[in-house]
Parts: sequence; C-alpha cells; structure tokens
Amino acid sequence: MNHDSTARAQHLIKMANDIGAFFEAMPDQHQAARDVAAHIRKFWEPRMQRSFLEYLQSHGDTALKPVVREAARTLNA
Amino acid sequence: MDTHPHYDDVDFGTPERVSDTAVTLQIDGFAVTVPQGTSVMRAAVQAGTQIPKLCATDSLEPFGSCRLCLVEIEGRRGFPASCTTPAEAGMVVRTQSPRLAQLRRGVMELYISDHPLDCLTCPTNGDCELQDMAGAVGLREVRYGYEGLNHLKDQADLSNPYFAYDPSKCIVCNRCVRACEETQGTFALTISGRGFASRVSPGESEPFMGSECVSCGACVNACPTATLMEKSVIDAGLPDHSVITTCAYCGVGCGFKAEMKGNEVVRMTPWKDGKANEGHACVKGRFAWGYTTHKDRILKPMIRSKITDPWQEVSWETAIAHAASEFRRLQEKYGTDAVGGITSSRCTNEETYLVQKLVRAAFHNNNVDTCARVCHSPTGYGLGQTYGTSAGTQTFKSVEHSDVILVIGANPTDAHPVFGSRMKKRLREGARLIVVDPRKIELVQSAHVQADFHLQLRPGTNVAMISALAHVVVTEGLVNERFVEERCDAESFRVWRDFVARPDNSPEAMEPVTGVPAALVRQAARLYATGGNAAIYYGLGVTEHAQGSTMVIGIANLAMATGNIGREGVGVNPLRGQNNVQGSCDMGSFPHEYPGYRHVSDDATRLLFEKDWGLSLRKEPGLRIPNMFEAALDGSFMGLYCQGEDIVQSDPNTQHVTAALEAMECIVVQDLFLNETAKYAHVFLPGSSFLEKDGTFTNAERRISRVRKVMAPKPGLADWEVTVALSNALGYPMHYEDPSEIMDEIARLTPTFSGVSYTRLDQLGSVQWPCNAQNPEGTPLMHIDRFVRGKGRFMPTQYVPTDEKITPRFPLLLTTGRILSQYNVGAQTRRTENVRFHEEDRLDLHPHDAEDRGIQDGDWVGITSRAGETVLRARVSDRMQPGVVYTTFHFPESGANVITTDNSDWATNCPEYKVTAVQVVKVMHTSEWQDAYQRFNANQLRLLQEKV
Ligand code: SF4
Ligand code: SF4
Ligand code: SF4
Ligand code: FES
Repeated sequence: MNHDSTARAQHLIKMANDIGAFFEAMPDQHQAARDVAAHIRKFWEPRMQRSFLEYLQSHGDTALKPVVREAARTLNA
Repeated sequence: MDTHPHYDDVDFGTPERVSDTAVTLQIDGFAVTVPQGTSVMRAAVQAGTQIPKLCATDSLEPFGSCRLCLVEIEGRRGFPASCTTPAEAGMVVRTQSPRLAQLRRGVMELYISDHPLDCLTCPTNGDCELQDMAGAVGLREVRYGYEGLNHLKDQADLSNPYFAYDPSKCIVCNRCVRACEETQGTFALTISGRGFASRVSPGESEPFMGSECVSCGACVNACPTATLMEKSVIDAGLPDHSVITTCAYCGVGCGFKAEMKGNEVVRMTPWKDGKANEGHACVKGRFAWGYTTHKDRILKPMIRSKITDPWQEVSWETAIAHAASEFRRLQEKYGTDAVGGITSSRCTNEETYLVQKLVRAAFHNNNVDTCARVCHSPTGYGLGQTYGTSAGTQTFKSVEHSDVILVIGANPTDAHPVFGSRMKKRLREGARLIVVDPRKIELVQSAHVQADFHLQLRPGTNVAMISALAHVVVTEGLVNERFVEERCDAESFRVWRDFVARPDNSPEAMEPVTGVPAALVRQAARLYATGGNAAIYYGLGVTEHAQGSTMVIGIANLAMATGNIGREGVGVNPLRGQNNVQGSCDMGSFPHEYPGYRHVSDDATRLLFEKDWGLSLRKEPGLRIPNMFEAALDGSFMGLYCQGEDIVQSDPNTQHVTAALEAMECIVVQDLFLNETAKYAHVFLPGSSFLEKDGTFTNAERRISRVRKVMAPKPGLADWEVTVALSNALGYPMHYEDPSEIMDEIARLTPTFSGVSYTRLDQLGSVQWPCNAQNPEGTPLMHIDRFVRGKGRFMPTQYVPTDEKITPRFPLLLTTGRILSQYNVGAQTRRTENVRFHEEDRLDLHPHDAEDRGIQDGDWVGITSRAGETVLRARVSDRMQPGVVYTTFHFPESGANVITTDNSDWATNCPEYKVTAVQVVKVMHTSEWQDAYQRFNANQLRLLQEKV
C-alpha cells in the first residue's frame, strides 16, 4: 500500500467506527456488533470491505471501537 | 405528438368551501346544491352561469369592490354582490334582468372611461377580463368622455426582468394586492392613495425590483387587465395553445401550463389543478426557463481523447460507439467493476431508471449512484429503518390541518417557495411555529409570521437537540402511550425511552453543546407534544451532517412517541431539494437497491429483475459516489457515465473530486451545458431540457406528475433515447418506443408503482405512490393504520460530536444553503435573468465576527478550511449567530465546495456540507484555487470554441 491508499484505508476505519458509534448505543453489544457487520455488508462495495480487512490484517484492529472489532471478525465470512 | 389530456380552466370566482352541510338554491330557475359557505357566484358557475365580475377570482377571498357581480335575490332588498354573498338554502337568485344589466353597464362605463382604448395594440387583446366584461355587459358607448382626469399617462414600471407594471391600465381591483398577501404571503403590494388617486404600489412607492417583491408572479396571474403582464407575452404575443407539464426545479414539483405559440414557449403559468401547487409558482418555475434556449447549450455530441485536447464534434453514432468501446476497453483492462454511472435528480424517472438498468445489466455491476447521495440519502436510510419506507408521510395540503409546525434545517421560503407560501398561510391562520436552525431564516420573522420558538443551535448539534426534545417528552409524561402501544414495537420503545430519559440527554445537559437555553427547548417540546396536530418539515440542514441519518431517525422517533403520524396535519416531511430527488431514489439509483428500495442481495427481487431483463445480476452492493472517487484514486474505477449531474461543482472537497476525475480514463457527460464536470469529460452527449421530453417527476410528497414534451429535443435525440443507444452499443439491447413503455416496465417490476401508467396519470392529473391494486388512486397519507414495516421501530440516537471542531486555527463554523432565485449549481438559473436577483455567492457573517476581523459589508474575504481556500465578498448579517458563517454554492467560481470536507454521514456517506471549521480574513485578491480555476476554465472554454 502506498501512502495515499493507506490514508484511504484509514478513512474506512473511521467510517467503520462512525457506524459503530451509532449502534453502540444499543443495550446489547453483541446485537450491536451484528448490526455493524450487517450495515457494512449491505452498503460497502466488496472492494471497500476487502481493503478494510486487509488493513486490519496488516495493522491490527486496535484502532477500532470494540463493537466494530467484534463485527469485523465476522466479516470475512 | 402524444395525446395531451385537456384540462379546463374555469374561474369559479371565489374559493371552494368544504362543509358537511349542503345547501340547495335556485339560480335563474335551476336548482344547484353546494357546500355551505359557498358564494352565490360560485354556485352560479356550478349551475352553468358566469356572473360578470372583475375583482373576484377563485384563488382569492372575495373582496366585493367592483360591484359588477350584482344579482337579485328574492325577498332581499337592493342588489347584493354575488361574490360576497353566501348561498343559502331556498334562495332564489336572478343573475340577469334589465335593471342588473343597466347597473353593470354603468359600472363598466366608469372603468372604461379611465382606461386606454388601445385594445387592438394591447398585449392582452383577447385575453383581458375587462374587455370580456365590457362585452358581457353589452357596453357600447362611454358617456363620460376621455378628456377628464385620468391615469392614461402614468409611467410604466419595467424594473422587474420578467413582468411589466403599466398603471395606466389599472382598474384598482385589488386582486394583485390580495394575491401577494393570500397566495404568496409576501405583502409587498399596497393600494396607496385614496379614491381616484389610488394606485397599486410595491412598498413605499418603490419600483418592483427595489421592493420586498420576490417575483413569484401571483399578482400577474391575478391581474384581470394588462396592467401586470409578462414581458415575454408583451414581446411575443399571446399563446395559441398550451400543454400541462411539471416544473423542473425544486422538489415541490409544481404543475405548469407551458403556453406556446407554435414551437416557442411564450409563458409558463402555474396550473390551477396541479395538486402540489394549486395555481401558485415561484420565480424559478414561473419565469426562469430562458436557459432552455440559451446560446451556451451544446446541441451536438463531442469527443476527445484527453481533457487537454480540443473537442471534436461527431455524429450521435460515432459518439455512442466511442463511449461504448471505451467502457468495454476499461472493463477488459481493469475489470468489470471499473466503470459505473451517476444519475441525477434533475432527470425523469424513466431516464434514471434506464441509467441504473444500463449499469446493472450492460455494465454488469451495481456501481450506480445518484446526487441524492449528497442530499437526502439519510432520509432514505432513517425513515426506512423506523417506518419501513423511504419517503415523507403526507401531502403538502396536509399542512392546512397542522396546529404546530416544527421546521428543522429547512428554509422553505427560499428553497421550496410554493410550499413555503402554503405554510405561511397556515401560520397566519394561527398555527404555532418552532424553527430549529443555526440561522434566523425568513420564517423566524417575516410579514405576519413570527416563530414561537427559534432554537438557534450550533451547526452539527442536531442530534443533541432532538434527544433533548425527546427527553422532555418522555420525562414529562407527554408520550402518546396509546399510539405507542398500538402502533410501535414495544421493546424498541423501551430501549429508546430509557436512552432519552438519561440525564445526559436532558436539555440542561445539552445546553452547552447546542447553545440553546434549556428552558426554551422544554417549552418547544411541550408545544410540539401537546399543541394538537404537529408536523415536522425538514431539509438538508438535517441530512447533510456526519449524523444525518441519526437525526432523521431522531425525528421519526419523536413523531411516533407523540402519535403524530398517520393522519392529516401531522407527519414527517422531508423537503426534497431538486425536482426528482424522491423519484431518482425510488427508481433504484442507489448502488445497493433496485427500484422500490429492495436490496440487491434479496434473491426474490433479483430473480424478478433477472427474468425480466434476461440476464444474471450481481448481488453485492456497488460503489457510492464518494467511494467511486476513492476507487478512482486507487486505480480501480476508470470510467463514468454521468447523466445530468455536476459532481465537480456540487460534491464536497472539490480538489479531491477533480483529482479523482483526472485519474479516470473515460468520463461521459450527458448534459445541457458544458458544466464543471464536463470540463473533465472525454465524451459529451447533449441533453434535452424538460420542455423537450416526455416522462415523469416525483415530488417530495411522492406525487408522480407528467413531464410533457412541448417541442422536439434540440439535440435530435431525447435523453432516454441516448441511454438506450448506449446500452445497445454495449451489447445489451433495450427496446422502447416511448417513455410510457419504460414506466410500464417500472410498474411491472415495482409493487408500489404497479398501478402507475401514463393513462392513469392523464386521468388523475398526478398520483402519489404507493399506487397499486389496493390503492388505485394512490396514497396521499402513509402509515394510517400500520407502518409499512408493521410496527414502528424506535432507535436510540446517541449524539456524537463531529470531527469538524473549531480550533484556534479554524475558529468559525461554515454552513451552506441556497437562495430563492438560484437553483443548485446554478447551471440553469445563472443563464436566466434570475442573476439580477443574486449575481454572486457571498459569505454571510455576524456583525461581531466581522468587527473582530475588520471586515465590512462588501469586503473580499478569504475563507480557509483544512480542505482548501476560497475568496468571496462578505455580507454582514444578523441572521447569523456569532461564530457561524454561511454561503451559497450557486456559482462555480465561488468554490464553496473547495472548502467543504470529505466528512460524511456514517450510514450513507452523505457529505457533511453543513459544518466546516474555517477561518475568515480580509484579503485583497482571489485564492490560489480560484486563480487556477480561472486558468483551467478559460482553457476549457477555448477547447470548446476551437472544436473541430
Ligand atoms: S410578484 Fe409575487 S411577491 Fe412580487 S408583488 Fe407580485 S405577488 Fe407579490
Ligand atoms: S394591477 Fe391589475 S390586479 Fe392590481 S389592482 Fe390593477 S388591475 Fe387589479
Ligand atoms: S421551483 Fe419549486 S416552488 Fe418554484 S415553481 Fe418550480 S417546483 Fe414550484
Ligand atoms: S366581482 Fe363581486 S364585487 Fe367585484
């Protein structure tokens, strides 16, 4: 990944965390994680999902909110 | 030309009355039954008799001044005016008698004696009520002579670009004054002077252009003489035929009569029976259609291999073949997903439907998006999640039953003017008003309208506000428990209730965030919850935020909790920006869904389309507009078919957008003009204006209306034919003879449209979807007994501060909006006389912020954000709150979107146009971006001029 595409992948991390920020207001955090994953599957084009997961693979998932982290683990499937 | 239904224009003299009681009376020996409260004049028209009249017309309350409409009523003395006399049961009315004839002739004689007798050369000769009435009352001679005192030499006021005021022809009937008050709600006109000296005048005897007049044309419509007259008619003469069509500007979707002389439009007049506007219009639809024949229109297809090359004019065949081969080349080189399309809310449903079909079927991917992405996509998401359908719940007319109107982040008097007038009328009748807006918009305080509460919040804090309002409703026992129990999902309500009841969501806790005193928020919430029928109207000030979708959900929650859904006068009403925002979303323009809001991964739906279209379709969502830009910069998205949309000017962070376009290898733009996006294009396909096409638009109240062709498409092919040709060239043949067949296909494949056809639209005038077997005449009100999704679903709305925070470097918040006379990127309105109302975008700032920076009204100021810098002239305005600045984005050279950032809504990527942290300083010259833009633009115009 060159510098620009890393920046773009980081933008995806931010987008994912923004999604997480909405759903984490739900009382059941597992359900919230499922909702985050469903949202990403429903609205993110496969290229975006792929770069997101690739970035996590190479950089780890510490930048993610916990609810998004849980969601991300179910995404590869 | 196809069959145009014939709609009659009868003037009933006085407005319709609605009553449960009917009265029967006799008029000239015929019995007629009318609702109680109906005037004798209207009853007579219903019975088939036109009573002579001058000061009455059915769009205005009767005034009773001309005394031409006198009648005799058995058992009553004298000669009552039929326009002001209500019909009563058993009344026996005579409209003709020798005495009445004599009286009427006397009245007419007085009028005519102070009226120029230049009928033969008058522009309204043959279309003048005074002339008609003189005939109707049989006036043959005028005894008073014309030598006496008269107004025949009064000077005409030609200051308005679109209409003239010639006082010598005025009969002081007051219709214009009442039209300005009752229909438009601007109160710009008065009758100054008394008796003989009385004359109509805008404001304090100012010319029209210097007055409060907003150029809506209502007075011109109402004027029975040639006193107020369209200049286009003065120039071209009266029309010889007319065609009913729909305005191509804003989401109100006004019905118009295109009045024609041969193939030329002579004037556009609002259609009385148009249900969206009921005979009213605004300056854009009424007058600003000159762009359709502007010399800048490009009428021949053009291609070039690089954007630094001059354009080359080619035949349609060559252009289409070239575009198709480029798209196929790119797909072979970079993959199937390397190309996509963008549709526009300025295009018809049929055109939009075809573009998404082309992308899904001929490109074989789902990379199609629409400009609704950047305006109302959060509405689709938010209302879909909570209510089950992505649309507003009411008709416009419903506002006539509202007791409380809550306007959030919308400016209807500028952006949805005809609806704004309707709303103001209801407010003058006593409805209460709450405005939630960072700016003091016109509704907060204007002629005879005063908001009860203006919650002037900081930009970016909507969600904090909606949660605080909900907190009051929940903690003060104002929930409509019965509604919630019967209609909503109980568990989701419980979760939401517990969430908003938390102390951190109270108005007091949110006060430091929103900047609005908690006490005001509490009072406003109580008013909304307990004031009777409460309706919410909202606009882009809700959606264009990082939490746009959350806010839409918050609005939906609030309406459900208070039971304000499912009947007249209430509801949640997104005011759509452009004419066909609703339609373009309905038509499957979003990359994740088919027409009718069905996800591409839904097997049953996909199968339906696969069968009908005869090929397999993809089930993964495609790229949204901002994602296309990212993918272009990543090198995986290289070709774009962009119909009717100007992404360079309208999308945020211009420099990011242009970098993405420069990275692409083939951009095909279909448009009227060489817009900003076309300056980056390789293929230009000339488009047609709304006057040149058949189709439909769907307005903000889900109303589908016909757009009718009044002249042949100037470039030779209509827009839908161009898409068909492109698809054919791509190897996916499409077969349509006429746009009506496209609508038939939409109806066949979309359950909410199954009852829609051009025949049905011609019969009904227009129809609100869902229109199907259950609702063959459409659905004015949604969610009456149950929500579309079954039970209404509440969702918690956690406020998350935006990343656009003020800092010492960027201490102000910029928000953007639009104004009445200009439309969106201005490509159309800038090419009309409307530029005389607004000739440049300005930066509005509060007097304190101006003073701190030594800025005076009219100074050039530089506005810098982390995305870029531009320079505009300042306007010091107390409509702003300190710390907040505002601009419009109608002119490309302003570069308003050079400053906006790529922050966006979490759910839909709708850009956060409404909040950008900026600094503003006084400057002496234009910005670097502007200088570069000037050079680029000059070069592109040269390449157009040097076309070969
Ligand atoms: S054009 Fe409209 S605003 Fe202007 S004076 Fe006439 S009615 Fe009033
Ligand atoms: S300008 Fe026209 S509408 Fe107004 S008072 Fe004169 S004649 Fe009547
Ligand atoms: S711009 Fe909007 S309000 Fe004005 S005439 Fe057109 S549809 Fe109506
Ligand atoms: S029309 Fe009735 S008084 Fe003028």
